[in-house]
Amino acid sequence: MVSGAGGGGNDVQWCFSQVKGAIDDDVAEADIISTVEFNHSGELLATGDKGGRVVIFQQETENKSQPQCRSEYNVYSTFQSHEPEFDYLKSLEIEEKINKIRWLPQKNAAQFLLSTNDKTIKLWKISERDKRPEGYNLKEEDGRYRDATTITTLRVPVFRPMDLMVEASPRRVFANAHTYHINSISVNSDNETYLSADDLRINLWHLEITDRSFNIVDIKPANMEELTEVITAAEFHPHQCNTFVYSSSKGTIRLCDMRASALCDKHSKLFEEPEDPSNRSFFSEIISSISDVKFSHNGRYMMTRDYLSVKIWDLNMENRPVHEYLRSKLCSLYENDCIFDKFECCWNGNDSVVMTGSYNNFFRMLDRTQRRDVTLEASRESCKPRQVLKPRRVCAGGKRKKDEISVDSLDFNKKILHTAWHPQENIIAVATTNNLYIFQEKVN
Amino acid sequence: MEKLKMLFGLAVNEAKLTSQRTRLKNQNGFHLCRLSREVYTFVSPSRMSGSLLNMFSKGTKRKFSDGDEELSDESLVGARVASSYSLQRQSLLDMSLIKLQLCHMLVEPNLCRSVLIANTVRQIQEEMTHDGSWHMVTEAFCGTGQSPSERLVATEVLCRSREQDAEPKLFSVISYEGCREEEVVADETLCSVSVSETVSNVCLAGRIGQCWEKSELSDVERDEEALEDSRLGSGEDEEIDTEDGASTEGPKTIGQVFGTFEIKNGSPGPDSALEELFSDVDTSYYDLDTMLTGMQSAPKMGPYDLLDSLAPSHSSPSIVSPPNCRSDLNELDHIMEIIVGS
Repeated sequence: MVSGAGGGGNDVQWCFSQVKGAIDDDVAEADIISTVEFNHSGELLATGDKGGRVVIFQQETENKSQPQCRSEYNVYSTFQSHEPEFDYLKSLEIEEKINKIRWLPQKNAAQFLLSTNDKTIKLWKISERDKRPEGYNLKEEDGRYRDATTITTLRVPVFRPMDLMVEASPRRVFANAHTYHINSISVNSDNETYLSADDLRINLWHLEITDRSFNIVDIKPANMEELTEVITAAEFHPHQCNTFVYSSSKGTIRLCDMRASALCDKHSKLFEEPEDPSNRSFFSEIISSISDVKFSHNGRYMMTRDYLSVKIWDLNMENRPVHEYLRSKLCSLYENDCIFDKFECCWNGNDSVVMTGSYNNFFRMLDRTQRRDVTLEASRESCKPRQVLKPRRVCAGGKRKKDEISVDSLDFNKKILHTAWHPQENIIAVATTNNLYIFQEKVN
Repeated sequence: MEKLKMLFGLAVNEAKLTSQRTRLKNQNGFHLCRLSREVYTFVSPSRMSGSLLNMFSKGTKRKFSDGDEELSDESLVGARVASSYSLQRQSLLDMSLIKLQLCHMLVEPNLCRSVLIANTVRQIQEEMTHDGSWHMVTEAFCGTGQSPSERLVATEVLCRSREQDAEPKLFSVISYEGCREEEVVADETLCSVSVSETVSNVCLAGRIGQCWEKSELSDVERDEEALEDSRLGSGEDEEIDTEDGASTEGPKTIGQVFGTFEIKNGSPGPDSALEELFSDVDTSYYDLDTMLTGMQSAPKMGPYDLLDSLAPSHSSPSIVSPPNCRSDLNELDHIMEIIVGS
């Protein structure tokens, strides 16, 4: 039952659906979720973790007799995508943490996704097998070869049903193209190429070709002494296969057209917000660093996330604060390194609402049409099935009202960095440190 | 041994600070950077303004003032506010330097974070130079008795950078081109090193530079080798065979081996530990002070000394007492070298 992905943060009441992951408070480092992504139909939900594993959940087919019970996501496949490696040249360990997962649009029965760690991108094929051939002439059922002299008749092997088996196999490994840490991958709308971005360069790959890639952006200065800006995120336009954007640590976004030149160092368009002089501080640059950039589904808008706000750009720019109450805390947040946290953001299916994470396991939904927003929490306390999430409020100072939480009580270790919105329905996946929460629209 | 264990714990904690975010909590629930606990205090949440002055002044008054002075004079208030601003600016600078130093102790620092912190330091320096307080900071190093030649080199570099920069980029204090690993030659024991003197750039982040320099090395190496073998090699593999990619990078020079060794070794201890280890060598460009000021080397001053002298008005030292810390950490480093070396 598809709601048409309508409604925004306030029309929709969100309720708990599921939580995945260990419940105990002792978080194993390898279980820390590092990326969350729905596939193009929303049927599959992939997560990557710090231990290099990918877990894919599949939405159950709708239960026709109980339309009010939204289908659940259950584990579909788990595999080890990346292993820790050792770079002998630099004598450094390359972390196996999955930085990003991106699904390819489905072309046949199998599903394909790209997963990347700091240095290597892999294309995985996830396929189902629910039949197997039986009745070989030369082999027994268990695989042992039969003695040829005992064979007196011939038969044709037939396919018999078997328990569903989901196999993940690596189809391509795209390695050795990045000197710095890969922060983004993005599949082109042409379904043949994709880009990968590290701190200083962006490369263009063909999905079939692993031994070379084209460098399309290079911001490395000749003299590293002059380095003051790095690339933080990059994405292809959802419909125009020649257009992509990349964001920087100085808060600028550059739109590039690959038709203009081979090396897209000159942007077609630069997006930048002039600094508000009244808010100027030593932290201005750090908090302006963009941690995520996402095009809207229709391709008309672009959203960026910096430390304190979400910005939605087209010809005008719409600035929506996320947790402005942190502005007075910037020095402490610099001290404890929280100011360097990289929050992601995402659009809902019809681009009317955007979502992003915050601290204390809070996440924010910002409705664009109604200019309203809501803060919700992913917590163990609201884990009862279909329990409606209550809006939360943070008190910046002064008298704390009832039900409000003061800024000082926020737990900065509990951060929601990764969120994903089902492309068609009001189902969201929100990752806390090591748990995946799935919330859905309350249906009466 | 006890001290060693405690200091090992301290060293490990320092290294973990940035990687794991496990922090000490103060009673407000804020997580503190342990090293900077004494240096900084918190702003009360009732102030929402983003201006630096407001951000700092309230907290400063609470901590640094005696608390019993009556503010009868307008100018007195102004002076106090101004001095507390510069005090807090100082502590922010200290904090940033610690972060940068910790940064290059990690195995592979986050480039974005390093760049952002370095830019912040630059900003502070520019402002401090602008209002003349930078001069006072650098004077603090004058009486430390370094050799005339070092000072000469340092000032020459300073002068050079001053002339060239029209905009206040002033000292190339933040240099991302550090000491080249190829030029470091290891002798048999791997315990004493002769380091080429010509290499030193003005490096705040001589260490940062090393980290970023590592990337440079592999960049060059990769351009040559990767084009030939490893890429094609990995291209032919439909299966995962990622170990191959890493190991086909080509023969290592002694310098690279030592470089890699050094980096591995570098994690637990601060600069001063290594410095003691290589004490027969002019390692002035490793010193945090040199890196910071870009103009003078104070050979035997460790980073903690620097921070103390930078902020003389601090009532309590920001970190554990330097001498003990350093010598034990030297021991620790030495031990670790042996362990890792075997």
